[in-house]
Amino acid sequence: MSTNANGPTNVLIVGVGGQGVIMVSKILARLSQMQGLHVKQSEVHGMAKRGGSVFSHIRFGEEVWSPTIPMGEADVVLGLEWAEGLRWLRYLKPGTGTFISDTKRIVPPFSCRDRTHDARHGYSHHTVAEIVEQVPSAFAPDATGMAMELGNDRVANTILLGVLSTVMDFPVEDWLKVLPEFVPPKTLDTNLKAFEAGRAWTKEPHEPDLHDPADVLPSGPPMRRQVNLEITEAWCKSCDICVKMCPERCLALDERQIVELVNPEACTGCRVCEWLCPDFAIAVHVDAVPLEAIKAETAEEVVA
Amino acid sequence: MSEVIQEKAPAKKAKTLDFIAQTGDGARPMTGNEAIARGVWEAGCRVAAAYPGTPSTEILENLAKYPAEDVHAQWSTNEKVALDVAYGASYGGVRAFCAMKHVGLNVAADALLTEAYIGVNGGMVIAVCDDPGIHSSQNEQDTRLFGKLANVPVLEPSDAQEALEYTRWAYELSEKFDTPIIVRSTTRIAHTRSPVVVGEREEVESKGFVERPENIALPTTARARHPVVIERERQMEEYFSQSPKMQWIKGDSSVGVITAGMSYSYVRETLPGVSILKLPASFPLPRDAVREFCDSVDRIIIVEELEPFLETEISAMGYEVEGKVFFSRAGELSPEDVHEGFAKAGLLKSRKQENPIEINELVRPPVLCSGCPHTGGYMALRALNARVAGDIGCYTLAAMQPLQAMDTCVSMGSSIGTAVGLAMAGGETRPIVATIGDSTFLHGGITGLIDAVYNDADITVLLLNNSTTAMTGGQEHPGTGKTLRGEETHAVDYADVCRAVGVKSVREVDSYDLGVLYQAIREATEYRGVSVVIANRPCVLDPVKIKGPAFQIRAEGCTACQSCMNLGCPALSWSDEVLEGHRKVKIDESSCIGCTLCVQICPSDCIRPAAELKSS
Repeated sequence: MSTNANGPTNVLIVGVGGQGVIMVSKILARLSQMQGLHVKQSEVHGMAKRGGSVFSHIRFGEEVWSPTIPMGEADVVLGLEWAEGLRWLRYLKPGTGTFISDTKRIVPPFSCRDRTHDARHGYSHHTVAEIVEQVPSAFAPDATGMAMELGNDRVANTILLGVLSTVMDFPVEDWLKVLPEFVPPKTLDTNLKAFEAGRAWTKEPHEPDLHDPADVLPSGPPMRRQVNLEITEAWCKSCDICVKMCPERCLALDERQIVELVNPEACTGCRVCEWLCPDFAIAVHVDAVPLEAIKAETAEEVVA
Repeated sequence: MSEVIQEKAPAKKAKTLDFIAQTGDGARPMTGNEAIARGVWEAGCRVAAAYPGTPSTEILENLAKYPAEDVHAQWSTNEKVALDVAYGASYGGVRAFCAMKHVGLNVAADALLTEAYIGVNGGMVIAVCDDPGIHSSQNEQDTRLFGKLANVPVLEPSDAQEALEYTRWAYELSEKFDTPIIVRSTTRIAHTRSPVVVGEREEVESKGFVERPENIALPTTARARHPVVIERERQMEEYFSQSPKMQWIKGDSSVGVITAGMSYSYVRETLPGVSILKLPASFPLPRDAVREFCDSVDRIIIVEELEPFLETEISAMGYEVEGKVFFSRAGELSPEDVHEGFAKAGLLKSRKQENPIEINELVRPPVLCSGCPHTGGYMALRALNARVAGDIGCYTLAAMQPLQAMDTCVSMGSSIGTAVGLAMAGGETRPIVATIGDSTFLHGGITGLIDAVYNDADITVLLLNNSTTAMTGGQEHPGTGKTLRGEETHAVDYADVCRAVGVKSVREVDSYDLGVLYQAIREATEYRGVSVVIANRPCVLDPVKIKGPAFQIRAEGCTACQSCMNLGCPALSWSDEVLEGHRKVKIDESSCIGCTLCVQICPSDCIRPAAELKSS
């Protein structure tokens, strides 16, 4: 990749809070400074620590004005996490930009809140193969996996820097000069190995991954829970433990202070109420029925 | 008016401080916040105070890295106290400084609006950091309007170099014109690193306290001062018009752009070759310079972030100007927004393009950390089905799924007053609970608590004490027993404070003990009157990162009830195993800190120490 003739070179580094986005961008800013270039590096603090999406814009060249990269003008988007890399893909210069991303997937709790049967992850379902096919210059190593093989998953970022070093114009010696300034001395050896591993990775052919790891479907025929909550009203003493502990909040006390199922749609048949009831007033009957059988039954009803 | 075209400040010999690495050309990379701190130190400031608030927090943190004998830097209980402290130092004859985020100025405004009448003895500079785009705030108010309201000049640096220079300049102006000065920064300036050429510290002798009638704000003195303030505004307007910091970039005279602050960088980025007037100060508006510029161009376009401040002022001068018709009034500007704005103005071709690759973007809201001690309190409130008045801090995140245990959030310290109002409104069948963090309680909650006791409100206050100001990155406060510089000091005892103001029911519990926490809050809500539950546990990130032995889920025991998923803990996610159509749960060992909240919730007792599961 050559430096832009008319403007600064733009590198966007993205990831999840705590992954080291800022550290990676400091290394890059330092490298560009060594070349005597003007550098601006822009980040946003605050929510970033709390597992949110984190980004850092780095721009360097003879003259840099805006601290942020205009959409569609990033020469490189470097993702430390898969879905974050994808989120910022629209910032990549169409056709000529390089996309580098770890295939590591950090699934947020927010993606796991669908309680319906056979619910899918809310996590991004784009496979590596799908992205590599559409972006002319794309590198998607399993950097975290490679780092674990080196004995320290924290060096994944250095592996990605190794990959990045193959598309940037900075001399390799400079990268090797800057790295020791930023990594803990104890881990320098591993980091140097990781850097080389990243560079080596780009020279080998790789089969793009067609697998969507977020999309796990049950083995065997899909099953459904059919739930029937049996409440023995005479035994309920209105302690409301079940009401408070129901994960889906589908129970309530009625006007007589007796428990009732107010939201049967939300009930997943988890049995928490049955286990916690001190008076054995609730029995949860769950039948696991093959999905096909339910479909047939519903169809019959419709016909009838 | 001088015509300066991006003159670089002459490189001065810098007094090197080891915490900022210097590079070959004498410039060093600094964020806007670091640069403001440097400017304050160079200007010979002796006293600085602030309450942390994103994006302003790092100014005082960086100032505290300079020698204590040069500058006294302190965290104050809130922005008003901080401004009072700084102003006291100015009264005392030394240069003083105060930093805050935009909404912090609302708290300090009472003092500021009168201080504008009083004037200064030692130079007084206030850095106010706006947050256009609301990256980490509750609104995006525009501080320039405050400047106008308070009759206080507002300087607008556009990068870190200017942040340093303008801060030093502000002290000169403050003493020359006898007024406090606001240096207005924004998130983008505060958190962007760019090369800065630094200067040396100037030692400024204390003037000592000077007895002046206007030192005492009274109707008589204020009446005498108001005309002086108005005259000062006119003088400063003239001064800014003549200032060498006013930049007129000569270009094509068919279009003239007037701008200030960060917007200037976007204009330079997107529309080279056009005539630009970059104002060093947005208030008071340097009318002579603006008039001269406007008369030299055929069409006037104003580019400014947030409110149409310059646009309104310049329209009032009788010029036909265009601004907010092209550029949004809400949110942060970006180079692409400015490009599209100029495209709407017919000056550029729109670059809006269809995204070549269709991506379903993952929703990844910020979350409470794994092991966050706030989680337990909100889990208990969720079970109690309480009506919860929330407050500002990390714990505001409990308003989101899956905890969803907060009903209101307004401003720092609002929770307790809000709860009192909810109770007085009547008709609420659920228990009314105000939740407030330790730092927020000290900032603005205590007065609310006194109000609740005084008016005998039937509410419960859950004081979430994590012994730090967590949201802004873990700053000390009067309850932590440490000062900004890390020296030992008195730590506020919350239970003592509550009892002293008349709360009869005060109980302290461990935030990680769910059963006791739940029971304590339940009993407190059943208490008639004001009750306080103090939940204690240190933040898992600050001052030290906490990591205990991780837990793991025994998959064969997991019934996929997903009770634990209600915690919203980022260490918990679905596993690949499915039980009757429902996902089992797994724990990411590297993020689990061993707080045991999920262990306490799991009805099938299948969450065990990872080490135990591995050995069996």
